[in-house]
Amino acid sequence: MGDGSNLLVIMALLPFVGALVPGWMIRAGRNACATFTAIPTILALVMLGLLAPDVMAGEVIQAEFSWLPQLGLSASFFLDGLGLLFAGMILGVGLLIILYARFYLSGEDPMGQFYTYLLLFQGAMLGIVLSDNILLLLVFWELTSLSSFLLIGYWKHLPEGRQGARMALAVTGAGGLAMIGGMLILGNIVGSYNLTDILASGDLIQSSDWYVPALVLILLGAFTKSAQFPFHFWLPHAMAAPTPVSAYLHSATMVKAGVFLMARMWPALAGTEIWFYIVASVGLITMVLGAVIALFKDDLKALLAFSTVSHLGLLTMLLGFGTPAAAVAAVFHIINHLTFKAALFMTAGIVDHEAHTRDIKRLGGLARLMPITATIGTIAALSMAGIPLFNGFLSKEMMLEEASHTYWFENPWIVPALATLGALFSVAYSLRFIFHTFGGPVRDDYPHKPHDPPFGMYAAPALLAVLVVLIGLMPFLAEPLVTVAASAVAGEALHPHLKIWHGVTPALFMSLAAIGGGIVFLLIHRPLDRVWLAAPRPEAKAIFEWIVEKLAALSRWITEISHNGAISRYVAIFTVASVALGFAAYSGGGVGPETRAMLPIPPLVGVGWFALVCGVGAVVVFHRTRFRALVVLSIIGLMISAGFVYLSAPDLALTQISVETVTIMLLLLALHFIPKETPKESSGLLRARDGVIAAVAGLGTGALAYTFMLRDVDTISGFHLDNSYEGGGGSNVVNVILVDFRGYDTYGEIIVLGIAGLIIYALMTALLNGPAGRKLRNTDFTRDLSRDRHPLMMVVATRVMMPIAVMVGIYIFLRGHNYPGGGFVAGLVIAIALLMQYMASGFAWTQMRQRIQYHAMIGFGVVIAGLTGAGAWLAGKPFLTSAYGYIHRPPIEEFEWATALFFDLGVFLTVLGAVMLMLYSLSRIARYAGQQVNLEPMDYDPADRVKKREGSE
Amino acid sequence: MELVVASAIGVLTAGGVYLVLRLRAFPVILGLSLLSYAVNVFIFASGQLAVNLPPILDKYGDASYTDPLPQALVLTAIVISFGMTAVLVMIAIGAFLDSGTDKVNISREDRDVEDPVK
Repeated sequence: MGDGSNLLVIMALLPFVGALVPGWMIRAGRNACATFTAIPTILALVMLGLLAPDVMAGEVIQAEFSWLPQLGLSASFFLDGLGLLFAGMILGVGLLIILYARFYLSGEDPMGQFYTYLLLFQGAMLGIVLSDNILLLLVFWELTSLSSFLLIGYWKHLPEGRQGARMALAVTGAGGLAMIGGMLILGNIVGSYNLTDILASGDLIQSSDWYVPALVLILLGAFTKSAQFPFHFWLPHAMAAPTPVSAYLHSATMVKAGVFLMARMWPALAGTEIWFYIVASVGLITMVLGAVIALFKDDLKALLAFSTVSHLGLLTMLLGFGTPAAAVAAVFHIINHLTFKAALFMTAGIVDHEAHTRDIKRLGGLARLMPITATIGTIAALSMAGIPLFNGFLSKEMMLEEASHTYWFENPWIVPALATLGALFSVAYSLRFIFHTFGGPVRDDYPHKPHDPPFGMYAAPALLAVLVVLIGLMPFLAEPLVTVAASAVAGEALHPHLKIWHGVTPALFMSLAAIGGGIVFLLIHRPLDRVWLAAPRPEAKAIFEWIVEKLAALSRWITEISHNGAISRYVAIFTVASVALGFAAYSGGGVGPETRAMLPIPPLVGVGWFALVCGVGAVVVFHRTRFRALVVLSIIGLMISAGFVYLSAPDLALTQISVETVTIMLLLLALHFIPKETPKESSGLLRARDGVIAAVAGLGTGALAYTFMLRDVDTISGFHLDNSYEGGGGSNVVNVILVDFRGYDTYGEIIVLGIAGLIIYALMTALLNGPAGRKLRNTDFTRDLSRDRHPLMMVVATRVMMPIAVMVGIYIFLRGHNYPGGGFVAGLVIAIALLMQYMASGFAWTQMRQRIQYHAMIGFGVVIAGLTGAGAWLAGKPFLTSAYGYIHRPPIEEFEWATALFFDLGVFLTVLGAVMLMLYSLSRIARYAGQQVNLEPMDYDPADRVKKREGSE
Repeated sequence: MELVVASAIGVLTAGGVYLVLRLRAFPVILGLSLLSYAVNVFIFASGQLAVNLPPILDKYGDASYTDPLPQALVLTAIVISFGMTAVLVMIAIGAFLDSGTDKVNISREDRDVEDPVK
């Protein structure tokens, strides 16, 4: 990559970097803020200027970084003639807008925000025109929709601003979605998402079966963005934005993005019949419709908005013609429209700013009061009307010339006639803009006495007006830029000659007719206006809102059906759907033959199975009496542990049995606070339905498990068995997998467990501080309590057992690496030992003797495990690589050390901390609920009773 | 033996699904516990069943072992499912204390509150 490509990338990213600045600089004042916003734009312009000579010489500057090559997405940029034209427009007008906005925005408007949005938008636009990858282009495309939403809705206090912004986002966003589909199809046809490749394979694309869908989807994106009929309605409503935004978005950037896209895709998509009929027709309709409506708008900005719609239609129509000459006309008109329309918007903004109204009916006679503004506005509007010697005339002549020999379904008249009609209305509304705003007598009822604004405010439009005249008088000035841009559009070298006088051509007569007719229409505007106002016409905003409302109602309806708050229903649907899918997969794919023989069933296993099945049955049948169900549940857990023992899984058996114990304790504690019985509320029918669902699910799962177990599958377990001792230094493969091979998983899992513990603690705290806490304090739980809460036998037994249990825990922990055991089981065993103390001696008594906070234990556990893993880095190994060795010191037998032990220590601490925190939280609720605290180990001392009896006798 | 395990998985699933479909929080928690059993045993069984072949390496023999990988996965799954049960229990208690009922389904009246966006 050469210097040029570096510059290109920096240029494309500058506005985004610059967007960070205004937010800070606003503290230094409004001038500093505007200056610092202008700097990135100026820098980017300078870079563009440096690159321009190469591009004008016909070179294409490219820069590429791979981003997600698997998806065909690369951050690649390129700059050709078309890109140069648009980048110049975006940056140039951007700079003028920054200047203009400095004077336009009032002291109450947050200027830093405005400039940030503006630069964000500028960057997004620049990205669109410089992207060499259509996926990247789509990203920037969506960014323009989002950032224009922020800009249009900038005046958040105005409902029109918010509604306009939402409408613009909805319409252009929907178009953007369609375009994503179209671009993906296009990329699939070509086999590459690179724009350069796509532009080079026009024939391939146009002969593909997918050409029409791709074309329609992409055009939907372009039409919505460029406000083409029938999506034109959002643009006038976006006029609720501050005028600098309107001037920027609707003259040079946002709405031109659609036109840009059509021009960009021209070599790939244009030239076919369907392209002509869709694009040219839509453009023609939009041009005429926009011009007609513009004539009857009284709001200056609305007039300009519909005029923009009309001119965008004109551009679309020219691109739709698909001829090189039309492409030249389109490119030239893009430049001309930019100059006069931006100037006109700024003029309208000045009028609004000075006279405090934009209503044409309340204006008039401003030429005397604000001569400079009037001159600028008049020059720009005459250009818009297409009056000779202004630049608008030149491109309009070219357009009419192209239209004059275009056939629409064999009909030679319809296109020229409609084009002339559009031009005629264009003359009429332009003249109305001039005469009804600036012409006529000075009035004395303006809301505010108008006068010319300070130089800074009219500098930008004045510069543009100078350009209007310059290009109008000396069109050859624009020729090099038009040539290079039009050549890029057409994909071939074009050599257009721009001149004022083309001789006596059909276009000249069409122009004359348009000007003459326009003057007539202006003269009879008053009666026409009355007719227009009286005639019924569809209100786009009302239709749009009706559609939005219906869509919202539809989605509410769907939500209502599918998401009605009944969890049982979701579960039922989910279960049935899963079973159905499983059955579909089974019947579709088929199963191979059985490759394993069934193992024999010893009688003892049969007994265990019977106990388990009876247990499940009992839980289901007795689930209403909750306590009983809970006791039976523990039988099932025991049977499963036994099964694990029999089926060569000692680690699982240990874990299952200790988890079982803890779970039952937890549920018993919980049962204290919730009803002890489940009322009977589901009907027999519902229960029958649930029974059928459950039976089907059970059968399906059982059958799946059975089929699976009788067939061999390839596993990766051989690797673990082979490397456990050599690589991990342990002979208990399950433990080595946990702390070594899959140590990362385990690390994640203990963090999850720790988080679960903290969630419970947080929930409990929130609960106790809320209304539930008050309710708890007023609930009487005493009737549930046994009189002898801390029986002597249990207290003594647990205290004796405590050291033994801890020793067993440590033993299980230490042997874990080589024999069944490990951090998980050890943590659970010690947790159970501690829980026994809580149960036997009471919450407060145990709590007083607790030295380490359970939260801290979770934290230490995670940190120790993490540090052990990170320790591997010191040895230059990846995270969680373990090391081990052997220590031999007589008389002690040789024993092994392994870093995995420290990791397991982390696991141990986290499990212990989390389990204890959970049960501790639950017992704290009991405490809160008014349970008394025993300070003595036993609150029922039999000796007291004996003494009492003796005393009373 | 496979038939025993598969039928146990089926029975546990059926019981679990039935209880999960109940209308109160406590049976749903019981059902989820049954479902966890079923899922854990299922994953464990996917490593094929073996009797007397624990995956504890024998230094002195050239023994064969059962598949250790599902066991490691299930071991953590058992502990995590305990954590999940505990969180659910806590939520159930909170919901009961706050609303005075332990129904799992949101009733129509509770659902039809004023849309805050509108």
